Amino acid sequence: MDMITIPAVNFTPILPEIFLSVLAMVLLLINVFIPGDRKAYLGYLSFVGIVAAGVLVAAGWGGHIESFSGSVVLDNFATFFKMIFLVSAGLAVLISDQYMEREGCNHGELYPLILFTVVGMMLMASGTDLMTIFLGLEVMSVALYVLAGFNRKNPKSNEAGLKYFLLGCFSTGFLLYGMALTYGATGTTRIAKIAAVVGQMSLPSANIMLVAGMLLMLTGFAFKIAAAPFHMWTPDVYEGAPTPMTAFMSAGPKAAGFAAALRIFLVALPTLQVEWSQVLWVLAVLTMTVGNITALRQDNIKRMLAYSSIAHAGYALVGFTAGNGTGTAGILFYMLSYAFMNIGAFAIIILVGKKGESNGNVQDFAGFGVKHPVLAVAMSIFLFSLAGMPPTAGFIGKFYLFSGAIQQGYIWLAIIGVLNSAASVYYYLRVMVFMYMKDPTEEFDWMQVTAPMALCVAISVIGSLIPGIIPSLILQFAQQAIKLI
Amino acid sequence: MENLNGYLIISAILFSIGTIGVLTRKNAIVIFMCVEMMLNAVNLTFVALSRHLGNLDGQVFVFFVMTVAAAEAAVGLALMIAFYNNKESIDVDDINLMKW
Amino acid sequence: MFDYVWLIPFFPLVGFLINGFFGKKIKNEAVIGAIGTLAIFSSFIVSCLILVEMIGLSPEKRVFEKVVFPWIHSGNFKADMAFLLDPLSCIMIMVVTGVGSLIHLYSIGYMHGEEGFYRFFAYLNLFCMSMLLLVLGSNMLVMFIGWEGVGLCSYLLIGYYFHKKSAGDAAKKAFVMNRVGDFGFLIGLFTLYWWLGSNHNIWTINFTEIKAASHLLPYGGVVTVATLCFFVGATGKSAQIPLFTWLPDAMEGPTPVSALIHAATMVTAGVYMIGRMSFVFIKSPETMMVVACVGAATAIFAATIGTAQNDIKRVLAYSTVSQLGFMFLAMGVGAFTAGIFHLMTHAFFKACLFLGSGSVIHAMHYALHKGHLHDDAQDMRNMGGLKKAMPITFLTFFVSTIAIAGIPGFSGFFSKDEILWMAFANPLHGNLNILLWGTGAIAACFTAFYMFRLVFMTFFGECRINSKVKDHLHESPLVITIPLMVLGFLAVFGGYIGMPKLLGMLPNYFEHWLEPVFELAGEYGATYAHHGAHPSHAVEWALMGGSVVIALIGIAIAFTMYVQNTALPKKFTDTFPTLHRAVYNKWYIDELYDYAFVNPCKALGQFLWKGFDVLVIDGIVNGVAGVVMGCSGVFRYMQSGLIHNYAWSMAFGVVVMLGYYVFK
Repeated sequence: MDMITIPAVNFTPILPEIFLSVLAMVLLLINVFIPGDRKAYLGYLSFVGIVAAGVLVAAGWGGHIESFSGSVVLDNFATFFKMIFLVSAGLAVLISDQYMEREGCNHGELYPLILFTVVGMMLMASGTDLMTIFLGLEVMSVALYVLAGFNRKNPKSNEAGLKYFLLGCFSTGFLLYGMALTYGATGTTRIAKIAAVVGQMSLPSANIMLVAGMLLMLTGFAFKIAAAPFHMWTPDVYEGAPTPMTAFMSAGPKAAGFAAALRIFLVALPTLQVEWSQVLWVLAVLTMTVGNITALRQDNIKRMLAYSSIAHAGYALVGFTAGNGTGTAGILFYMLSYAFMNIGAFAIIILVGKKGESNGNVQDFAGFGVKHPVLAVAMSIFLFSLAGMPPTAGFIGKFYLFSGAIQQGYIWLAIIGVLNSAASVYYYLRVMVFMYMKDPTEEFDWMQVTAPMALCVAISVIGSLIPGIIPSLILQFAQQAIKLI
Repeated sequence: MENLNGYLIISAILFSIGTIGVLTRKNAIVIFMCVEMMLNAVNLTFVALSRHLGNLDGQVFVFFVMTVAAAEAAVGLALMIAFYNNKESIDVDDINLMKW
Repeated sequence: MFDYVWLIPFFPLVGFLINGFFGKKIKNEAVIGAIGTLAIFSSFIVSCLILVEMIGLSPEKRVFEKVVFPWIHSGNFKADMAFLLDPLSCIMIMVVTGVGSLIHLYSIGYMHGEEGFYRFFAYLNLFCMSMLLLVLGSNMLVMFIGWEGVGLCSYLLIGYYFHKKSAGDAAKKAFVMNRVGDFGFLIGLFTLYWWLGSNHNIWTINFTEIKAASHLLPYGGVVTVATLCFFVGATGKSAQIPLFTWLPDAMEGPTPVSALIHAATMVTAGVYMIGRMSFVFIKSPETMMVVACVGAATAIFAATIGTAQNDIKRVLAYSTVSQLGFMFLAMGVGAFTAGIFHLMTHAFFKACLFLGSGSVIHAMHYALHKGHLHDDAQDMRNMGGLKKAMPITFLTFFVSTIAIAGIPGFSGFFSKDEILWMAFANPLHGNLNILLWGTGAIAACFTAFYMFRLVFMTFFGECRINSKVKDHLHESPLVITIPLMVLGFLAVFGGYIGMPKLLGMLPNYFEHWLEPVFELAGEYGATYAHHGAHPSHAVEWALMGGSVVIALIGIAIAFTMYVQNTALPKKFTDTFPTLHRAVYNKWYIDELYDYAFVNPCKALGQFLWKGFDVLVIDGIVNGVAGVVMGCSGVFRYMQSGLIHNYAWSMAFGVVVMLGYYVFK
């Protein structure tokens, strides 16, 4: 009987993924032995694990290793995005325990699920085969469906999970069909080979199978990054999901969607740029406008930030539409800064909220500035950054996204972006008006700022300010990251 | 394989039926079954293309899709049970707490 | 050491952060004051080390650019957070940190017991940081950030006593006038940037790069437009005609603020800016003429107003405006070195004068407070004879007055004489020179007059303060008098580093020092200079003697009117009531502005508000807002919460996309 020869496989590129998967499974086992009131230890453990994974990821900076016969790659692009995922997961873990404890759903499975999500996102960022990307996306999504419905006694959380699940599967169908058509048109699922085949086509835009495949894949990613008109699930799911998971979902998976889409469209289909940038142009405008305008009339702050997150996806799409160095580096920069400022804002929302998801309206922030000046300043920094005012990270990020568009000649797109950004100031500042200019109706005495919470807020403040003051600190990495694609 | 187009058309039709099912059916489980139908339509496409192109990538893809579909089914049914516990219904029109 | 230049603005930033965030909790005034003072003093030490190192280098090597971090790079546009060290910025950081340290120290005593003590020090540190950014910035954007920052701090500090309506109004006035100036600055910046970029493909806002490319700039034309815009910026910040009225009102702020911001540093930013861009300004003969004329006019105009003011700080405020006019006169006649020199000596003696007046006000306040009187502590008519009670304050104040009046041997003489001489002898403006010189000389005479009037009214004669509280008048504590003594010393001897060649006792170190900075401007200027006869040494001697005589005349008049024959002023005002009233009311400039700009603006505003605004603008704004809000409502209700609708929306998107591309 012939020996089955196992091909030599280099595991280095997926070392962080392996590490996190093992950690997640170990945590699942440990969970059995940890009593219900001590689940926080799992959180600490996973935070340490995430930091360790961060070290592993960072160690890979500058390398370029392909493995699994070219279906996974370790490059700067993947590394940068992996750091974004780890940042959002780390911050989400920090803010989870207090919330879950308060809402009475402090199940230990939360942390392994978060880690699995991160593994999926990492595979999406480093996958160079449609198959790997699809697998990564599904690992991420399946875990996210559970996380959205994690508070299973809360009807809103149930609904969020189910809604996300049904619509997510629906979009997966489109994505998969797109991949199948692309496979049919090019005969391969490897991104590099697709690029080679498409590059040799005399008129790729005339190949209906290819174009349809591209558009369907675009649909799938547009769903994940919440681009209009595939964004409808976002507000409901964000509102219903447990707040820490909302924070996580708005930062990590969105970045993962961009990572995979950027790789596919910029590496595999650059010859179709005219076509996909036309579509993205429309999507960007729709997304920004719908997100911002709908956010204007929201009172529930979680829902408001959900719409705002749609709008932010629209800003990032502006950079994607440009598809040039400045624009794509801008997306990387923006996704990282957005993770900090958005999760920071959600941390404050968790602190202000009361049991049963109550006290989550804009009006409930009345007088917060007087009662908790330091936290209010932090919240103001996050809001300023979200609104894109200097000297915060949000400003610099938008600056690069929009100037990328201008460099490519998308003047109108940039103008619409700036107008949108101006409109968005209204609903962000509305929170600040309540914080500083209304008399307190509450004493905020139920608030307790635990150490992980404080850590999360502090990291987020630093992360939203430093890139705004010293953008080159992050931007040089972003620029190196996009060089390879 | 001359009748590739036939396979592709059949799978496109199946995909459309699945899509329309998602858009029209009320029962969450039926909707999920329609999604499964969409996925299997894609699988058919993959297999047909794989056979036509003469490489195995498409067939490997199908295995992954089936695995993923199984995982999705597990999670999906769990979510539906949790929802049913609260609402005693799995009609999607009853998923209506959050709007606007 | 040059690599550590970033420490200079960094220390005040740290001071600001500590006092700003924790000052309220620290509470202890000594600690807060020490933090603030130490922060700026550390910067001073660093500046000194840098200065020493730079002196050790040969003149052509005295340029150093430190990129702290790359900042905004996008396409052609490149702006780094970078600092430029050259002889000019060295002088500025020395002045800002040196005088700044002394004023911080002084403030510990002066602001003792004030509400919001920590706030004051936090703002003061923030101001220093901005000012240092302004003078150190190696490109226009960094400079502009500093420029805006000092404006903001000035606004905050003028309105420090925010419960006083006048303080709030003054702060607002300063803010608005500065905005007008800033607008000019920005337009100038864009003009220069676009012109160099679009015509020569040099897209830069970096000073060194602009200097290297300055030979490409034409004489006049676009440069005139750009530099005039920059000059508008300078008039706003440096209180020149027509944007000067905010500075006297700014005296509502605490006195150390007046000394630091409105005498020694911020208001000189305009002068510095022209010096920094001398190679651009000199390329426009028209702008140079405008600068010189505005400078000379402001010098004499403000000096005349200063003669009739009774509020001690207001006299000094008009004096500052007038002295700034001298600096601009120097800049406008191409005597950049003399302008910067005067900037420095002025920082010494004017800071000393302001702090001295603060010391006086402090003592008056204390005495009046003891006697439960509500007399105006700043009105010189309530003072007099303070010489005995406050010997140190008097002495330092007196030497500074001599310095500003331009008596030989004191710092102000060297710088002012240089300016007047250059106004007379410069080759740029031809026949206009006589006029510039004459105006300057008369302004110098007025300066001597009003300053000695101030000294005589305050320190000499008999004490006019209510006799009940006379005994409460006493010298200020050491934290206040030490800065006075240091500044008084500098007011006397600070000028010796820039002694004119004519006197020849010491080489003119100052001119040699700045030579590499202004060399290029000199070359450009020479291309269109008038080649007339060069005035001889005899003329220079005569003019120098003349300016001394002029100063002495001013002093003599003041002496006659306010010491010998104190009835004279009364008689004078009775004889020329209209003139006095006009001068006393600042030539009705505020009223003129009210009449010419503010009221028409208000009327127009009223009209626009009633007619245009309510109907059209409000209509549009409300309409847009309404439409947007309406859309918001519509979009909101599209979000029905039903999975089917969401799925339909997705399917719709897919179908439209596919339909467009596949069947197009």
